[in-house]
Amino acid sequence: MITRLEILDLALARGGRRLFSGLTLNLAAGEACALTGRNGAGKTSLLRAVAGLITPEAGRISFGDTDPADARAQGLHLLGHLDGLKSGRTAREELDFWTRWNGGSGPAAAEAARRLEITPLLDLEIRRLSAGQRRRLALARMLSAPRPLWLLDEPLSPLDSGWRARFGEIMAEHLAGGGLILAAIHDPLPVPAQSVDIRADGVAA
Amino acid sequence: MSAALELFAREARLAWGRGGGPLVSVGFYAGVATLLPLATGPEPARLAAVAPGMAWIGLALAALLSLDRLFERDYEDGALDLITLSPMPLELTCAIKCLGQWVATGAPLALAAPIAAIALGAPLALAPLIFASALVGGLAFAFTGGIGAALSLGARRGGLLTAVIVLPLFVPPVIFGGGALDAFASGLPWRSGFTLLSAYAAAAVALGPVAMAAACRNALS
Repeated sequence: MITRLEILDLALARGGRRLFSGLTLNLAAGEACALTGRNGAGKTSLLRAVAGLITPEAGRISFGDTDPADARAQGLHLLGHLDGLKSGRTAREELDFWTRWNGGSGPAAAEAARRLEITPLLDLEIRRLSAGQRRRLALARMLSAPRPLWLLDEPLSPLDSGWRARFGEIMAEHLAGGGLILAAIHDPLPVPAQSVDIRADGVAA
Repeated sequence: MSAALELFAREARLAWGRGGGPLVSVGFYAGVATLLPLATGPEPARLAAVAPGMAWIGLALAALLSLDRLFERDYEDGALDLITLSPMPLELTCAIKCLGQWVATGAPLALAAPIAAIALGAPLALAPLIFASALVGGLAFAFTGGIGAALSLGARRGGLLTAVIVLPLFVPPVIFGGGALDAFASGLPWRSGFTLLSAYAAAAVALGPVAMAAACRNALS
């Protein structure tokens, strides 16, 4: 699957406003990259462009030898600041649905739920969960169907310090297994990572 | 294939619970049917004459009720992003969402329609045709309505916008469906109306998902 992410001379615009241009970024298997930048700099937009939801104004996004359509359909997980969970459904219904939708397996989902300690919460409706619990459910959804490229948008924000550290371990394992992580983040990423600062006039590595 | 079934089950269940689901739609429909004699006067002859037409107006309005949540909820909570990132073409995803909508609200309405029409004095012999045409018409309503729901994604007061976009698309099924019922009631050939209604539904099923997928992509970008 995906072993590289190459972003070359990328320019993004939103609502007629140029966010940034000339962004170049290379990520190989086992590497992580922290995207920093002020609010509104275009970190989320960059993640959505990598996921193929936004068409760039200029530049190129490629995934090594993998066809971009395949890479986006089966090779990446997007974790936005919205968790994509239905408030009226139970955690189990949502985890089961997304596991099957993403092509994961039941045992992997059970293991992911155990790992993120949401097993006792599975019969609760999503609306009863706290923001941190919802985020852990969203992380379990990622683990239940392994995919190499993780696009994370402020993944740590609702997590307490203990879970931030645990998520750091999970990320380190993902990288050790040949995964790639691109994360928009204000706090330091809990794993060794290159850093890219997004600014309007261009990009300083 | 299993992903398609999985999505269908989820959509049908969500539509069932969406804003009260079929109970609210059927209740609304019963309310419209009750208003009719109050507005036109209770003479049986007059009511029986307008009952089939009323059945269709009520169906069209009730179909509108649950439409605004068809894509809006997935859009608001970020699930639409994740559904898009899948090997399944977005067109098929949209079609499955509309089918779920049809099963969860269109089918209960199709069951309610003949009951309401007969209560207003339509002949009993008309019931099977009302049911069949409401079922087929519901399919057309779900797939054309989905276009409006997808186009109004992200707009404030999107529900109202959906209604304004969708009502013109609801005109042909109301004409064909209502026409078939009228023809049947007066002993005229009714098949052409029903066939045209089915053709419109088939066209909506074929073309609607393409428009919905384009509108969803546009809303997400």
